[in-house]
Amino acid sequence: MSRNLILGAVLSSLILLAALVSFVWTPYDYAALDIPNKLQPPNAQHWFGTDHFGRDMFSMIMVGARTSIAVALVAVGIGMALGVPLGLTAAARKGSWLDEVIMRGNDLVFAFPSLVIAILITAVFGAGAINAIIAIGIFNIPVFARITRGAALSLWEREFILAARVSGKGAARISAEHILPNVANLLIVQGTIQFSLGILAEAGLSYVGLGAQPPTPSWGRMLADAQTMVSFAPHLALIPGLAIIVTVLGLNLLGDGLRDWLDPRIRVARA
Amino acid sequence: MTNQMLKSLASALALGASVFATGALAKSDITIAMQLEPPHLDPTSAAAQAIDSVVYTNIFEGLTRFMGDGSVVPGLAESWEISEDGTVYTFKLHDGVTFHDGTTMDAEDVKFSLDRASAEDSANAQKALFEGIESVEVVDPLTVKVTLSEPNGNFLFNLAWGDAVIVSSDSIENIKTNPVGTGAFTFGNWVQGDSITLIRNPDYWGDQPALEAATFKFISDPTAAFAAMMAEDVDVFDNFPAPENLAQFEADPRFQVLVGSTEGETILSTNNKKPPFDDIRVRQALAHAIDRQAIIDGAMFGYGTPIGTHFAPHNPAYVDLTGTSAHDPEKAAKLLADAGYEEGFETTLHLPPPSYARRGGEIIAAQLAEVGITAEIINVEWAQWLESVFKGKDYDLTVISHTEPMDIGIYARPDYYFQYDSLDAQTLMETLNATTDPEERKKLLGDMQRLISNDFVNGYLFQLPKLGIAKAGVQGLWQNAPTAAVDLTQISWSE
Repeated sequence: MSRNLILGAVLSSLILLAALVSFVWTPYDYAALDIPNKLQPPNAQHWFGTDHFGRDMFSMIMVGARTSIAVALVAVGIGMALGVPLGLTAAARKGSWLDEVIMRGNDLVFAFPSLVIAILITAVFGAGAINAIIAIGIFNIPVFARITRGAALSLWEREFILAARVSGKGAARISAEHILPNVANLLIVQGTIQFSLGILAEAGLSYVGLGAQPPTPSWGRMLADAQTMVSFAPHLALIPGLAIIVTVLGLNLLGDGLRDWLDPRIRVARA
Repeated sequence: MTNQMLKSLASALALGASVFATGALAKSDITIAMQLEPPHLDPTSAAAQAIDSVVYTNIFEGLTRFMGDGSVVPGLAESWEISEDGTVYTFKLHDGVTFHDGTTMDAEDVKFSLDRASAEDSANAQKALFEGIESVEVVDPLTVKVTLSEPNGNFLFNLAWGDAVIVSSDSIENIKTNPVGTGAFTFGNWVQGDSITLIRNPDYWGDQPALEAATFKFISDPTAAFAAMMAEDVDVFDNFPAPENLAQFEADPRFQVLVGSTEGETILSTNNKKPPFDDIRVRQALAHAIDRQAIIDGAMFGYGTPIGTHFAPHNPAYVDLTGTSAHDPEKAAKLLADAGYEEGFETTLHLPPPSYARRGGEIIAAQLAEVGITAEIINVEWAQWLESVFKGKDYDLTVISHTEPMDIGIYARPDYYFQYDSLDAQTLMETLNATTDPEERKKLLGDMQRLISNDFVNGYLFQLPKLGIAKAGVQGLWQNAPTAAVDLTQISWSE
């Protein structure tokens, strides 16, 4: 196992742990206002200090991790659930009109700047975590469809697939029983990367006020709220900023490490 | 080095020296930053405060005008006489006043302006100001007689509003993009999305202002506002949007901070027709659930005066009624139980963009949660707020500052967006409008304040402060904002 993989796994599980623990315990109620104690720098009572309403930043970061992970997870889920079958179908019917329709549809979605469309969706259907998930999810579909189709196409040429066809299996069964297990590694790696992009997209959307609505904490909104106070309370921006960096860095290292670890060719070379 | 080059170098040096020489004199221009850009420049056809901030008393003048302390003094009218019964006002106009296009301002223009504002199809945003006008007669070029259907003690005050300025029929067509008034400054240039420049009017009828030119710059983002002020890109910020930064300006000798009051009553507007808020006990519970000081400290960093009714505390007729709706969560919970909401209820809270609303709203939602009311926060942009809340009346609660001066009369309008329909309030306002005696008016205004406070029509939060920031050498700025205005005629730089 590479150093990258271990470091990535540690950072990612740190954030995941914070999110999970926040369901049962946070140092303070994340929504409780304590205005007389506002804007405290990090100290023994408030490990990450307090925000402009006197709320405990540590508790908000923990619950904020929950929001980020939930949004990114479901968004990647939508992307996989719709993108992978589309990619498999396109590969199985290579060159047919169905392949054309699916892939050109993908190109169409790809052609739009994702965050701008996400803003459009949330502007039309209202701001909120659910709409943010849908907006981010839609743009994950072509990513997974493409990667699945690309990998599946080369598999369809292989002899074990030919053997399966000779034994009378249909295209759908072959896709599910032989192709999918062989592209799973690739999907896991891509899923990790998309997950980190989803976290960034959520932070971006909530920064402009279109993500999770108050009082639900979200890292992006914490950054936005901190904007005018950076000059005298830098921890307000530094802490959510660091949380986003740690998460995205962790997931990218994890994805990189997983790819190296799972890729049989590299494994053979190493051995 | 050739001679040619030496010559150009010498002239460049001379030019540099002359720039320094003028720099040593007092500056004669100023850059004033504001948060919002006006949609156009006609104060007589829109409610946008940003219009008045640019044009009031600078480009356009009315028969009377506000001073920085809120008093009403003669403007284009030199003097006036009021008939015994208080229904006929005879205004004597200043002689020798011309519009910026060179035409003379006379009684015909006054008649045109007032008739236009009070017309059936008038686009004026404050038509109520002109409702009592029965007729406007031109007696001679410098005398105009206004007849009211009934006495109106507020009439001279009403004429001081930016909505009542005198315009010319010759230039009315292009007023929105090329305003032509009688003021000490003429319209110079408008770079959309950036700035508006005004230039001193050499033919002004009154005293010449100290400034030769003024630029209004529009900076909507609070962070950019802070940066622009700190970098000294602008000389004045009319009303600084981020109260959290004021302490830094106060500590900096380069700047002066002018904390004053506006006419903005910041309230938790409540839809009085929509259950459960049609029940006075629920509204009273809201009022007792709110901790004003926490809102002022949390949302405004301590700037703002608590109010207990819809009236400005700096007004002599103000009655302090904050005690009626003191912070008392237990009483609030009991009132809710009496009204049949032991378990509380769910409602929505629409919040427009300014930080007093967004931050104040978050605090209010937390305070309501303490008595069992779950208020879902819905952040909206201005256009959406005007459309769904103000016009559509499709809301439960919203936080908003009512910045019009002396606007308690809105409580006599049952179709106004908070839908308070009270015969008592309507009769009281009618009596008030027909009263001219100052003492009697003060008493009636007190009664009106008590009535809406006891009916808990809205949650009364605080009077919006005016947070002005200027470079240390700027003099003559208004500390308070009796109306939205940046009175350039009074501004100068100290030597």
